[in-house]
Amino acid sequence: MSEALEITNPTQHHSNWPTPDNNEGGEKSPVNMSYGKTMMWYFLLSDAFTFSAFLIAYLAIRMSHVWWPNPNHVFNAMPFLEGVKAPMGFVTIMTSILILSSVFVVRAVQEGHRMNKNGVAMWMVGGIIGGMMFLGCQAWEWSHLIHEGLRPFFNPFILDAEGTLRIAQSAINETTGIREIAVNAQNQFVDVHGVAHTIGEGMKQGGPETFGALFFGITGFHGFHVFTGICLNIYVLVATLNGTFERRGHYEMVEKIGLYWHFVDLVWIFVFLAFYLM
Amino acid sequence: MVTSAIENNIDGQAHHHTETFISKYIFSLDHKIISRQFLFAGMAWAVLGGLLSVLFRTQLAWPNETFPVLETLFSTWYTDGILKPEAYNAMITMHGTIMIFFVLTASLTGTFANLLVPFQIGARDMASPLLNALSFWIFILASVFMLASLFAPDGAPSAGWTVYPPLSALPQTSPGSGLGMTLWLIAIALFIISTLMGGLNYISTILNMRTKGMTMYRMPLSVWALFFTAIVGLLAFPVLLSAAVLLIFDRGLGTSFFLSNIVVGGSPLPYSGGSPILFQHLFWFLGHPEVYIIILPAMGIVSEVLAIHSRKPVFGYKAMIFSLLGITIMSFLVWAHHMFVSGMNPFLGGVFTVFTLLIAIPSSIKVFNWLTTLWRGNFHINPASIFAVGFVSLFISGGLTGIWLGSSTVDIRLHDTYFVIAHFHLVMGVAAFFGMFAGVYHWFPRMFGRMMNNTMGYIHFGITFVGAYLIFWPMHFMGLSGVPRRYYHFNEFDAFSQYANMNVIITVVTIIVFITQFIFIFNFFHSMYFGKKAPQNPWNATTLEWTSPVEGIHGNWEGDLPVVHRWPYDYSKPGADEDFIAQTTPLKEGEIESH
Ligand code: HEM
Ligand SMILES: [Cu+2]
Repeated sequence: MSEALEITNPTQHHSNWPTPDNNEGGEKSPVNMSYGKTMMWYFLLSDAFTFSAFLIAYLAIRMSHVWWPNPNHVFNAMPFLEGVKAPMGFVTIMTSILILSSVFVVRAVQEGHRMNKNGVAMWMVGGIIGGMMFLGCQAWEWSHLIHEGLRPFFNPFILDAEGTLRIAQSAINETTGIREIAVNAQNQFVDVHGVAHTIGEGMKQGGPETFGALFFGITGFHGFHVFTGICLNIYVLVATLNGTFERRGHYEMVEKIGLYWHFVDLVWIFVFLAFYLM
Repeated sequence: MVTSAIENNIDGQAHHHTETFISKYIFSLDHKIISRQFLFAGMAWAVLGGLLSVLFRTQLAWPNETFPVLETLFSTWYTDGILKPEAYNAMITMHGTIMIFFVLTASLTGTFANLLVPFQIGARDMASPLLNALSFWIFILASVFMLASLFAPDGAPSAGWTVYPPLSALPQTSPGSGLGMTLWLIAIALFIISTLMGGLNYISTILNMRTKGMTMYRMPLSVWALFFTAIVGLLAFPVLLSAAVLLIFDRGLGTSFFLSNIVVGGSPLPYSGGSPILFQHLFWFLGHPEVYIIILPAMGIVSEVLAIHSRKPVFGYKAMIFSLLGITIMSFLVWAHHMFVSGMNPFLGGVFTVFTLLIAIPSSIKVFNWLTTLWRGNFHINPASIFAVGFVSLFISGGLTGIWLGSSTVDIRLHDTYFVIAHFHLVMGVAAFFGMFAGVYHWFPRMFGRMMNNTMGYIHFGITFVGAYLIFWPMHFMGLSGVPRRYYHFNEFDAFSQYANMNVIITVVTIIVFITQFIFIFNFFHSMYFGKKAPQNPWNATTLEWTSPVEGIHGNWEGDLPVVHRWPYDYSKPGADEDFIAQTTPLKEGEIESH
């Protein structure tokens, strides 16, 4: 804890020290943290392992494929700008929003140290709006890709014979019940613009189908974390506004939930790296 | 009955509240009650798990005989008096799952972490009693799902406790891979959440709630062991959660994470691009640490029990702690020794062999320290102490074969044979049960305020100990001659007919040992109500739990918390009046604290 905080808030126990009445004047934690924060840190460590397992699964599966759709072509659409190709444009906006919302939460924690109730509330609102906007962006991106035919079990992004990435139209095969790319009489596929192309090598039923599975699975799991983070942020906002933390004498809860929020942000950086930059 | 008691909640404000039977014994937040709840649940699971093993052992011993009685009792699993092949697979799957996860992980840790952590560090309760109770109730929810999976209409899960895909991923492959498998995966996901909640609590309680004077290096080894157990659990289980989630997707959404180019019954399936080996990696990244999650609490209990009953300080206290730490770290670096035959690069196999052999070092340090703790001690014989000695014996016997299996060249011969069954039942299965029994006999007076019956305890020990060796020792030889595990019968294998009688002997002993456990259960419940009233400190132990009132009060100590002045192993200290000095006794003038 910095000295500045000591001065602004001299009567307060430091939030990252075990309060003496916790264990009635017993031994201090070797890591100098309250039990709640210790729990949060260990939870995040544990959760980091969950995400690592997913990302390692991603790497393992991706490395075992000779060809993988180029993200610059898969993620190049912008909402409301039909026909504009902006590789990585939309995801850059999404990522900035999430980082910005993390910054807002940092400010909320700071105001908490100053025991400034309105400041905490204001910045938390910012954090919550940021989170919701991020989820909104994700919803758009998902529906866009689903519209293009991407499914957890099917991938319409394939190469034509010249080696250009195309988005093939697909349909359910009546006899097998399995989604496949639609092929015309000349054994050519038709892309989403209605143009026929010769199928590239090794692209019989579509691109690597694990692409969609990994994309929806991992970004979905991350999105679920964003969602729970928003719920927790809303709880913090309500408890701030009704004075719970003020009565408690400290805003440590803002800090704990803030840790979670930053973690969700950090995980996104890795997800971003894996799906959009690699 | 309505009583009122003082409860210190986590904010330290004492307040009065009323209690009903429900709030006191069912939805209790008290660590002592939650500890009992975990123990009772574990006992119920253990009986069921044991029963399943009797059923599949009966099939192995008498593959051509019919058992109309068993058919009437378990009609879904039998046809014409014979255990159905798919039911055999289901029995071994559920036996492993129940014993490994529900008894030796949840119940062993849940019972003793809840009992010992607050008591032995001098805390009024867990850091978060609510999270603690939630951990138990989510465990019960997981139990309900697991029990449901056993009785799934199509069949119970039958892919082995390791649930390798594609067997576990495709309902077409076996009746148990339908609804049963789905319920299994849901149960395990809930189970992981419960473990997570428990683990977070144990870690933060140990770090933050120690009473005055209870420095980290004055904590009993039982608490240290539970601390490391919680850390291993928090880092290993999430990976299984990921694997379970991906497997659920493969089963429900048609994804191909773990599936590729599969033909079932002549028709090709549309899966492509995934890898079943990936699942094995994710599974064993949990699976190996999991075996240490099971054994570490037992090690902690045994260290404690051996020191107390041989009236000697534990040998090498700090070495014990650092070997626990060593095991904690190393347990994450050896998982692929379960996968030597998966087609991995031989160089990688070599790396994992080296790491696997290295983990034997901290394990052996512990073994030597137990033996030296016993050496020339004033050994007091009672059920707790002999079960602890039994643990050491079993851990050595099973640990030595681990070193064989750890060498990839040897393991390629022995993998998936009865040799592996012998190895892990001795080193982990029976040993951890012995640790648990030692703990129950030792802390029963603390849990229920009464003593258990010694005679019944000795009978329980004698039969179980001899029985365990009779059951598992021959399996080494069977494994060495290639008898594979998880086979329904060996009628078609002439080479294995030499073991037909051996299988009968093993099964008969299994049944005897199973029945013997009811002596323990009878002793347990009988002593709960009619046992001799326990004195304040029945074993003349030094640790704090024996200073709290026998009848068990909310908040554990009246008035102030005890203050600690010394380490927990001052037994037979030269110059002392008695052969033990409680941790709460201040150092005498000029006395040097032992370490
Ligand atoms: C001395 C240290 C140990 C070594 C070197 C070792 C080595 C091994 C190896 C290489 C295997 C794989 C065998 C195979 O499937 O082919 C194995 C299996 C196993 N070990 Fe150990 N082990 C050791 C100690 C332990 C301990 C302490 C436990 C538990 C507390 C344990 C529990 C198990 C279990 C449960 C399996 C079988 C899992 C299964 O396939 O179902 N081992 N061990
Ligand atoms: Cu292992």
